[in-house]
Amino acid sequence: MNLMGLTAVDLGKKIKAKEVSVVEATKAALNAIKEKEDLYNCYVTVDEEGALKQAEEVQRKIDEGILTGPLAGVPVAIKDNMCTEGLVTTCSSKILYNYIPTYTAEAVRNLQKAGAVILGKTNMDEFAMGSTTETSFYGPTKNPHNPEHVPGGSSGGSCAAVAAEECSYALGSDTGGSIRQPSSFCGVTGIKPTYGTVSRYGLIAYGSSLDQIGPVAKDVTDCAVILEAVASYDPKDSTSVKREDYDFTSALVDDVKGMKIGIPRDYLGEGLDPEVKAAVLKVADVLKAKGAEVEEFDLSLVEYAIPAYYTIASAEASSNLSRFDGVKYGYRSEQYQGLHDMYKKSRSEGFGPEVKRRIMLGSFVLSSGYYDAYYLKALRTKALIKQAFDKAFEKYDVILGPAAPTTAPKLGESLSDPLKMYLGDIYTISVNLAGLPGMSVPCGMDSKGLPIGAQFIGDCFKEKNIIRAGYAYECSRKEEN
Amino acid sequence: MAKQYETVIGLEVHVELATKTKIFCGCSTEFGGSPNTHTCPVCTGMPGSLPVLNKQVVEYALAVGLATNCQINQYCKFDRKNYFYPDNPQNYQISQLYLPICHDGYVEIETENGKKNVGIHEIHMEEDAGKLIHDEEGESLVDFNRSGVPLIEIVSEPDMRSADEVIAYLDKLRLIIQYLGASDCKLQEGSMRADVNLSVREVGAEKFGTRTEMKNLNSFKAIAHAIEGETERQIDLLKAGEPVIQETRRWDDVKSYSYAMRSKEDAQDYRYFPDPDLVPVVISDEWLQEIRDRQPELRTEKLERYKTEFEIPQYDAEIITSSKKLADLFEATTAICKKPKKVSNWLMVETFRLLSENGKDPEDITFAPENLAKLIELVDGGTINSTVAKEVFEKIFYENIDPDQYVEEHGLKSVSDEGELRAIIEKVVAENPKSVEDYKNGKKKAIGALVGQTMKATQGKANPGLVNKILAEILG
Repeated sequence: MNLMGLTAVDLGKKIKAKEVSVVEATKAALNAIKEKEDLYNCYVTVDEEGALKQAEEVQRKIDEGILTGPLAGVPVAIKDNMCTEGLVTTCSSKILYNYIPTYTAEAVRNLQKAGAVILGKTNMDEFAMGSTTETSFYGPTKNPHNPEHVPGGSSGGSCAAVAAEECSYALGSDTGGSIRQPSSFCGVTGIKPTYGTVSRYGLIAYGSSLDQIGPVAKDVTDCAVILEAVASYDPKDSTSVKREDYDFTSALVDDVKGMKIGIPRDYLGEGLDPEVKAAVLKVADVLKAKGAEVEEFDLSLVEYAIPAYYTIASAEASSNLSRFDGVKYGYRSEQYQGLHDMYKKSRSEGFGPEVKRRIMLGSFVLSSGYYDAYYLKALRTKALIKQAFDKAFEKYDVILGPAAPTTAPKLGESLSDPLKMYLGDIYTISVNLAGLPGMSVPCGMDSKGLPIGAQFIGDCFKEKNIIRAGYAYECSRKEEN
Repeated sequence: MAKQYETVIGLEVHVELATKTKIFCGCSTEFGGSPNTHTCPVCTGMPGSLPVLNKQVVEYALAVGLATNCQINQYCKFDRKNYFYPDNPQNYQISQLYLPICHDGYVEIETENGKKNVGIHEIHMEEDAGKLIHDEEGESLVDFNRSGVPLIEIVSEPDMRSADEVIAYLDKLRLIIQYLGASDCKLQEGSMRADVNLSVREVGAEKFGTRTEMKNLNSFKAIAHAIEGETERQIDLLKAGEPVIQETRRWDDVKSYSYAMRSKEDAQDYRYFPDPDLVPVVISDEWLQEIRDRQPELRTEKLERYKTEFEIPQYDAEIITSSKKLADLFEATTAICKKPKKVSNWLMVETFRLLSENGKDPEDITFAPENLAKLIELVDGGTINSTVAKEVFEKIFYENIDPDQYVEEHGLKSVSDEGELRAIIEKVVAENPKSVEDYKNGKKKAIGALVGQTMKATQGKANPGLVNKILAEILG
């Protein structure tokens, strides 16, 4: 039996039923990794020894009745921007090539408490800056559906690892679409929760006001179960929110009767691949057939999201990344004269070109004399975008649209034209700017055999609405197949 | 007629707050731990770590703001000040620029020229940096124990015109903050630090001159020197027709000269922006009222109360209330022995003598009020004389001994037995015929020598009143 072909929940059931041991499941994942890594490069670090050790420990706890949850014993891959105590954490950057954290990120700890076995750390765009996983210092990840194509980014390693069955599920992080867009490109399901739902403690920050950790898995059920495990109020994160509900799995109901779904006309216009458009509209038809009320509407302000996002995220990044200076940890240039030369050389040699571009952009928009014109204006734009969504959610329970304008581009096509790459984030970034939850669910293939993803967007703290809509759609698709 | 100049001074005062833990993490703020022992991922700037604000910092800042008549920003924010330096682990300092917690206050100061108000532009909260240590091999090491220790920065308006006013202002701030218990405010140890912004202009001019900022001022004396030195330097420049350059200067108190550190041209752009890792601080009316209700009696009120409640003179009350520690000691001791003026005398005379001999501040006093109260009782009851009392007090001052026990064990009680004393004095008189003769020849002062000899014979324990009485009788 191909254990890695199972959903996380199904594998968890088999482990609970003692049909499969945790060590067997872990070995199956490690074997898949050995087999496929040369081709896909989903991982930066594979912790074979550690994983097997955890597997034995988790099995013992299951046997003793300490661990009883649905994810106990199920192997997971963690994006390499989440700190893992004792396990090198690089953010796919040269500047952190040797950085071993002294503590574990809260979201990862929550998974450990649920009995997860951590296989290793997945590849990503350097510091989560990019949409293709090509900016990694450790080489690009390939799309398992066609290795000549990118997996998307920045959580490309996590999404590709799920798609390639090199893990049962994964954690990604999403600042401007970094879970939803690669999920779409790799044909997997991923949720970016409401800002504040999953603790950011231990997530190496890119754009602090936008970053959220979320699940990447084979289906909506897995995602709901994983989100339930990782979400928590964390007093160590000042932006963490004490929510009223954490029972995301209660929304796994195949019923959308009377649900109001809006499709922004702005998301169906110029730049959208016709095949993607057709696939997304088909999702709408399925939901309509199940009793949902679906209509198109004007969201507005969509074109301002990209400049606002790149201003805010880059500004925060320019400050967040200043701690990587060669003084305390990470890469330090071998030859330098004096402190400032050490700073300059370590950072010049340690960061890749996309990271440098955003640090420069961010430093510029924060510099004296430009702060009001750029950064403050971007913040005002962000507030207006939030208002536009607030208005839409007065009317709709869920907003439906594409996760990305196209399917996965070929390797090497995107980096030469960063502006074009940035435009690829158009449907995802407003969700981060407004702090909303969003989910990408596979909804078919294009003529090249590349996956397409539909995006479900909910109002703040209304994950259950998008989970319900996504689950209902998924049920119909599973029946179809 | 030569041009007359006036000095215009504003101060930036950093005060280290007396919280037990740091501003954004749970690490101890205790002074003097081994390097990097009071640290965690947050205060060493580890990737992924996040700050969480210490509520006590806000409460101290509010208390100081209220005591200095400030407006309170009930919605305030933290901003990041970006600059690279190895003692700054994140390469940004979390501070407040756009919405500081307090603004537009004042304190009243008094100098020889009378009373005046010094405006407070703002008070903001921020974190301290670590400490760089340069070893003999030329390596630089960083100790992050101090990184994240909470500070408030009190920025005054340019309202001061002389070193006297600056010292009066600093002293006022120090007293207010000490009374609030928000900091011990020790300049030498760096828990209070002042940067002086100074410019000069012709008397009568409306516009301010170009200012300089002086750093590294770690005593009131250094501050006064620096102000005099910098004023002179700027006036010399103006007289010579040369411009004053806006720059930061480092005061060298040994050489009595300030040196340029950096000019405005190479001033850094700190790229301030709101820290996205922290949420705005919202101070409710209820919280603010709670802080208001909890405000302790401050110096001015205490001084007035001492004069009426304890009937001690203005001079005494000023000295006693010049330190919170001293005032607390005074009240505690007085509560036991009910002799305020005597307590005040011991504090003002002997205590201050010993403090100054040892180069210490009232804050360093370690003895218990009970022991001083007992000592006062011993003197008042005639159990010991004042010479012995001074000796015992030194023991109390240094070792906090119990005076009852000490006097008993060391046999220091006064010789007050008239018979015993008369016998001793008769012997002294017999052995000192010269003094007796001098006295009888009208040199009344000669009696002093006889008293001295008597004291010597009793190891200083004789009751002085009794000695005088008996001597007078014997000598007729």
